[in-house]
Amino acid sequence: MTTYQLSVNGERREVDVDSSTPLLWVLREELKITGTKYGCGISACGACTVHLDGVATRSCVVPVSLIGNRPIVTIEGIGKDPVGRAVQDAWVEKDVVQCGYCQSGQIMTAVALLKDKPRPTDANIEESMGGNLCRCGTYVRIREAIKSASAQLN
Amino acid sequence: MSANRSLVLRSFVVTLVAIACWMALSSVEMANATTAATNPKPADGLAAWDSVYSVLTYPRCINCHTATNYPQQGDDRHRHFANVIRGPEGKGVAGLNCISCHQEKNSDATGVPGARGWHLAPLSMRWQDLNDRILSSAEVCRALIDRAKNHGLDEPGILKHHQEEPLVVWAWNPGLRPDGSARSMPPLTHDQFVGATRRWVAAGTPCPRSRSSP
Amino acid sequence: MRELLKAASDRALSRRRFLRVSATAAGGLLVSLYVDLPAFAQEGTEAPPQKIFPPDAFVHIRPDGQILITVNRLEFGQGVHTSLPMILADEMDADWSQVVAELAPAADVYKDPIFGFQFVGGSGSIAHSFQQYRELGAKTRAMLVATAADRWHVTPDQCRTANSVVYGPGNQSARYAELAADAGRKPVPDKVRLKEPSEFRLIGKRVRRLDSRAKCDGSQKFGLDLDLPGMKIALIARPPVFGGRVRSFTDKEARSIAGVRDVFEIPLVKGTAVAVVADKFWAAKQARDRLKIDWDLSGIEHADSSQLLSRYKELARTTGNIAVSTGDQKAMDAIAAPNRMVAEYEFPYLAHAAMEPLNTTIRFDGDRAEAWVGSQFQTFDQMAIAEVLGLKPEQVTFHTEMTGGGFGRRAVADSHVQREAAVIAKRLRGTPVKLVWTREDDIQGGYYRPMHVHRVEIGIGQDGMPAAWRHVIVGQSILAGTPFAAMVVKNGVDGTAVEGTADTHYNIPNFHVSAHHPIVNVPVLWWRSVGNTHTAFVMETLIDELATRARIDPIVYRRKLLKADAGKLRRALDLMDEKSAAWRTKLPPGHAFGISCHEAFDTGVACAVDVSIENKRPKIHRVTIALDPGVAVNPLTIESQFQAGVAFGVSQLVAKGAITLKDGRVEQRNFDGYTPPYIVDAPVTVDVHIVPSTEAPTGCGEPPVPVISPAVVNALARLTGKRYRSLPLLTI
Repeated sequence: MTTYQLSVNGERREVDVDSSTPLLWVLREELKITGTKYGCGISACGACTVHLDGVATRSCVVPVSLIGNRPIVTIEGIGKDPVGRAVQDAWVEKDVVQCGYCQSGQIMTAVALLKDKPRPTDANIEESMGGNLCRCGTYVRIREAIKSASAQLN
Repeated sequence: MSANRSLVLRSFVVTLVAIACWMALSSVEMANATTAATNPKPADGLAAWDSVYSVLTYPRCINCHTATNYPQQGDDRHRHFANVIRGPEGKGVAGLNCISCHQEKNSDATGVPGARGWHLAPLSMRWQDLNDRILSSAEVCRALIDRAKNHGLDEPGILKHHQEEPLVVWAWNPGLRPDGSARSMPPLTHDQFVGATRRWVAAGTPCPRSRSSP
Repeated sequence: MRELLKAASDRALSRRRFLRVSATAAGGLLVSLYVDLPAFAQEGTEAPPQKIFPPDAFVHIRPDGQILITVNRLEFGQGVHTSLPMILADEMDADWSQVVAELAPAADVYKDPIFGFQFVGGSGSIAHSFQQYRELGAKTRAMLVATAADRWHVTPDQCRTANSVVYGPGNQSARYAELAADAGRKPVPDKVRLKEPSEFRLIGKRVRRLDSRAKCDGSQKFGLDLDLPGMKIALIARPPVFGGRVRSFTDKEARSIAGVRDVFEIPLVKGTAVAVVADKFWAAKQARDRLKIDWDLSGIEHADSSQLLSRYKELARTTGNIAVSTGDQKAMDAIAAPNRMVAEYEFPYLAHAAMEPLNTTIRFDGDRAEAWVGSQFQTFDQMAIAEVLGLKPEQVTFHTEMTGGGFGRRAVADSHVQREAAVIAKRLRGTPVKLVWTREDDIQGGYYRPMHVHRVEIGIGQDGMPAAWRHVIVGQSILAGTPFAAMVVKNGVDGTAVEGTADTHYNIPNFHVSAHHPIVNVPVLWWRSVGNTHTAFVMETLIDELATRARIDPIVYRRKLLKADAGKLRRALDLMDEKSAAWRTKLPPGHAFGISCHEAFDTGVACAVDVSIENKRPKIHRVTIALDPGVAVNPLTIESQFQAGVAFGVSQLVAKGAITLKDGRVEQRNFDGYTPPYIVDAPVTVDVHIVPSTEAPTGCGEPPVPVISPAVVNALARLTGKRYRSLPLLTI
């Protein structure tokens, strides 16, 4: 067990865990913030996506020992960011969610896309969102919501 | 002159001659070595290159030194899961960067390999063609020493790349797969690979002649 | 009878103590709602017990005006969390902006009024509860109006309601919140007037989901997110072959992981396994990975996909148990060979793979228990937990959790996940334990849509229409050995294996369908749209092939072949034709269109797809899909279900969309080996068109799934000239 100091959604948090513990489980079970989801554990589905130092990162495969002082932002905190809020609002306005389990990860990835490409093309959307699984299949509405958020922001 | 003094003198001369011979011999050896290093036989250089080539075109090295718009993975070089792609700089795209998952060290508990600066080799350094056929020894050799293709690396630079580049060194510490099994390693050890590179560089980076493709 | 009614009411109310202040009183709040014989009633028994649906079990009006509506279904994406409250709120004339919803726990009052048990499935939520929720809303309104009328000394028919307010004939008005307490003391009316469709304010409107925001800001809790004081996590190391048993195991390394509490052998529904209990998930996983188990895999079948395929193909050449046989079975022989064709189809096992891994949390306290489950089968799961714990079902408080998908995987007659969890909870008495199935457990753990082979022989008439049809289906029976068997397995034919073929809406003479149900050591289960997943593919690709052969347009051909009374399919086909004609005739080079139509769960669906081939895979640029679902309660959720349902249906086509077994072991481990569609695999745009209707509402959850695979493959056939009879599509 090792103690780690983490920056999570702008707050300093301290956890005492095995060094191999993925960030996902630190967030969910040590810090009790459960918006970031476990879908596969091997970074294949994206449900665990957070922002690590501004980079969309799949927290299920990143051991807490490799985080360092890189700030972490989760779905609970992304709403404080104007792009994050625009994406969440677009998601609600366009009625994107169905079961909703994948949507934290979809939103975090979409925010990363829009920060890099404020006016993404269809190809940009397919490439950046290409690794996020939605088993319900809400992809059509995800595309629409990203375009809507982009229009709101620009 | 006494007998002792002449004995001492004789010993001294013998010793001097011995030292001189030893020095001469050493310098011949060194000369030979240097000659071998600076002027190795072309055959040695080509043999060394064969060793280098065997590593470069080892399946898991081609996974990143790929012609495709995406990385491959595994010994069978299947397309990397989750639709990750090359992106403009070989680092993926926003939302799906290489470093979205690959950190600076292997994460054995979750099966994700890692090394500093995880990204794809540039297309100029691809070791397969667009039909997924491994490039010939001649083609790879020529590409490797072409400074227009290799980002301006000179011979010492190539050697250093093989010795120190984290992604290259990683190949010999590839970590565990998600199922807990160990990833395979190239056919030579890292030391052997570096040694072969050194010999090839010393031979003037000779490349085999092209043969028509099979 | 009185005691029974009161007991039912008490059960419904006991958990609502905290709402008693604003809620209706216990007393005479009983309404009997006589329903049709439930589907399970056997012949010759007495009339079924009266169903009791007290409104206060479904709707609570809080003093601040907020209206809490209880949904008697699991919400797992299909939108009932919004659409059922809409129905009730509409008849109630409630202010929709004040409505919140919750998922009902397991209780008699929440049982499906048609089937008599609490469940979600068969796309039946709205179909079965439409009338029920309408009446609940109307009765609640009636009680509120009666209360107001009393106060104002007027008659109810002098009052009207709108947006949670009752208005009297003069200037009187009263908010529902003010009236609620008194209204609760009113008798529940037996009969009540329901709105005319023209009076609907919510039903039929595009109403946004109530659960969106919480699902977008991380605040929505799913079953897997549950955290209770002192809770432990359990993982189970399962045998690599179904039904295997633990011979011995060593756990020294496993127990050395910090936070591990217990390691022990447990029985499974079939076979045995080793459970690990730890403080947290990661510790449990680390420990499970370090277990060394010696498995006894003797005496059980080691199922192998390629062996099964050979066996199934052989069986398909013989007639099975007859599902339907019309006309003259010798008619086929009379047709000359050039006018006969034989087609053989292969379908693999499919995993449901809902995004939220399976989980169940239980705390056992000796004389009672509490369970939290994202369950499609609350009644059965509650019974199973009670059985394992030695309790009566009513001693198990069973919470229904918001769930990340199901597609049928959470509707399991043997409640195996809940049984496993109960066994562990029993051992950990007093401590809540959350059993988690990892993704690997899920992909490898069975309960797949069964593998199937179809063999179809068609005799083609002079007019290009089928003149004779012999169809053999081979696949495991999903219902055999379950409580549903008596209902659904008839003459040795499992209805779920032949639905979509035996009950086809095509007018095919000399029609013969039979089925073989081999017994295989692989647990099987529904998968969204069940039998239609394979039957629709076979029917719609064959029909298309016949149309091509006859040089008749595929839509015209279908119109010609459909039975005259196939109203929903005809209307859906016509609407799809109308909405896609413009783009179907203007496709760019390299694109082709494909058509299909299929009725499932009483909803007629037709679609057209625009497909090209990119990177050796089908690229679906556009889908135009039309449906006739009777009354469309929430056209927005229906649009979503259909846009997304076709993406789900593409699961059957993607290259890594198959579960295969080799020597008893499932070859896929996780999403890297069994891969559902990503955004690039799914259609780029989907336009949905609903046939206007006043008929009773029918299902929308599953009907979009069966039509997409055949439509895409029909388009591919136009591009490549090939026929695709084996799924998933490995090469194009």
